Amino acid sequence: MTKPRVAIFDFACCEGCQLQIVNLEEEILDLINVVDVVEWREAMSEQSHEYDIALIEGSITRPEDEKRIEIIRSRCKILIALGSCATIGGINKLKNKFDLEEVKHCVYGKDAHMPHLETGMTKAVHEVVNVDYKIHGCPIDRKEFASVIRALLVGKKPVIPDYPVCVECKARENICRYEYNEICLGPIIRAGCGARCPSNGFRCFGCRGYVDNPNVEAAREVMDKYGLTVEDLRQKMVLFGCGQGPTV
Amino acid sequence: MSTNININVHHVTRVEGHGNIVVNAKDGKIEKCQWQVPEAPRFFEAMVRGRSYQDIQTIVSRICGICSITHSLASTKAVEDALGIEVSEQADKLRILMHYSEQLQSHSLHVGYLVAPDLFNAPSVVPLVAKAPDAVKAIIRVHRVANNWSDLIAGRTTHPVTLIPGGLCKIPTEQQLRDLKKELESSVNVLVAVCEVVQSAAGNLPQFERQTEYISLKQTNPPTYTFYHGDITSNDCNGDGPVNIRNWQKVANEYVSPQSTAKWTQWHRDSYMVGALARFNNNAELLSPLGKKVADMFGLKKGNTNPFMNNVAQLVEMAHVVETSIQMIDDLLTRGLKSETVKVSPRAGRGSGCVEAPRGILFHTYEFDKYGNCVYGNICIPTNQNHANIQKDFEKFVPEFMHLGQDALRHGMEMLVRAYDPCISCSTHFLNVEFV
Repeated sequence: MTKPRVAIFDFACCEGCQLQIVNLEEEILDLINVVDVVEWREAMSEQSHEYDIALIEGSITRPEDEKRIEIIRSRCKILIALGSCATIGGINKLKNKFDLEEVKHCVYGKDAHMPHLETGMTKAVHEVVNVDYKIHGCPIDRKEFASVIRALLVGKKPVIPDYPVCVECKARENICRYEYNEICLGPIIRAGCGARCPSNGFRCFGCRGYVDNPNVEAAREVMDKYGLTVEDLRQKMVLFGCGQGPTV
Repeated sequence: MSTNININVHHVTRVEGHGNIVVNAKDGKIEKCQWQVPEAPRFFEAMVRGRSYQDIQTIVSRICGICSITHSLASTKAVEDALGIEVSEQADKLRILMHYSEQLQSHSLHVGYLVAPDLFNAPSVVPLVAKAPDAVKAIIRVHRVANNWSDLIAGRTTHPVTLIPGGLCKIPTEQQLRDLKKELESSVNVLVAVCEVVQSAAGNLPQFERQTEYISLKQTNPPTYTFYHGDITSNDCNGDGPVNIRNWQKVANEYVSPQSTAKWTQWHRDSYMVGALARFNNNAELLSPLGKKVADMFGLKKGNTNPFMNNVAQLVEMAHVVETSIQMIDDLLTRGLKSETVKVSPRAGRGSGCVEAPRGILFHTYEFDKYGNCVYGNICIPTNQNHANIQKDFEKFVPEFMHLGQDALRHGMEMLVRAYDPCISCSTHFLNVEFV
């Protein structure tokens, strides 16, 4: 059997998700035995135009990047979006809240007109090309990444959780962040992270994006119970993938 | 011997982010020699506006996956400066411990995974697994120790979740700290073994010198080889330093280069260098005994002007942070860990935070309205500060090494860029070599 050829590409992002792949340490050596990594700019000098699986990190923010992702899509059989920037536009989408000319001026001042500083609205990968699988999170969880890749290698459909963070948070017996007068996005955000942030005493800020069908009524009940409003929740839902999916 | 050179490295590999190298020479005459930074700009300074002081760290941590702890610390310090928040001694120590874990994480990744292939003539670390399995296992072990260490104190290896203005929202238990100390103690020998492997190939680092300005933090009270506290200093400071970190803009003097989506900087000269070598050149006498021992192994001395020795200075710092952290954990355990609550009220104000990222000094400044919402942000990243210095190095390096031919020249230039440990996502995102 020939090994599947895997390529990793990055767009606008912090490259922290690629780092989680490196962080698999010895396990990555096992993965490398069963796949053929043909391109990974951050870690290797080799390059290739022929690959079966493309892993995409980062958001699409410029017209030339849209062309690049379309070419990658045409060359691969399976395209996987890796991490929040790719799956929901991530933190980069905060930019879309502003007028883009004004944003450029804010950062580059009188030089904002220079052609190489051009930018467009931030898009998640699926807003430009078809995405086969999404590995959520900012950054991705390295164990979840390994399990998705393993499933694909044996021809199984990877399991991506579709229940809220609260489920995992309760299983870890954490005290609810709302008890500390914080606004936590756990009730409507997709699990799979093991409720890592609330387990460390930090509110969920929504990096994994919404569950497919968020239980809006349940979320409203939580807000009512703690004397908060839907507007308070909405205010907190802008950091990751600003403007994504359904809103309560 | 080739006198016509046509190098066009479009996106240098084994660096974080996108950068290009372009060199064009005809009959030995250099027509073009450029370091270009085409990374997609991400506009963080614009995006933080309107966001609460509580969310700044969560946003700007995402500037860079490799130095997310550093960005989180710099921004949290800036928020605390703006809002007049004091931090306890315990929280301060734990944060420094968190910061050291990232220095070890980042330096071991850089030297072990990104630079080592150059020293052993491999395109990546993968073929090295078969060639030198023990060395690769040693570096993986050091990297894993660093990651577990970050996991414990920052809540995870990348994008910390335990940092809040005023302190930390979760601290380790004393038992966890004792376990960490044991792990650090047992990694000292592994670290020395890594240094010995690199030393065996250090002859492959090019002999190249260029006088430049070295900028880093300096802490005098108490004197410390600092990554976290202190003022800004350089080897060129004559009565105009050290500079308080709130005045960092007088040091960086940022400008936009047409070669780059990242801003460039200059202070006393037309360029300056930041990072491990800059810190070493300004503070070497304050290193821990093991740090000094590693420097001696490589003959690295204060005043070194070979940018390739930045890789060696990183090894020195890896030894230093491990040894220093063992001592810091002892101090924390002697005093006993206390659970602390943090109370913060928003107020209007402007503040700055400065820490040393693994790849050099980093500045954050924010201004908040009376509700604690951000109205202004300004961030100056180490890799940006190195761009002009890389360009100036290129201008000296190309004529000196052109006689080796195009391939060797290109390889040398890529190694030179890598030596700076650039983090181009940070600077916006950068690295490609183009020889047109």
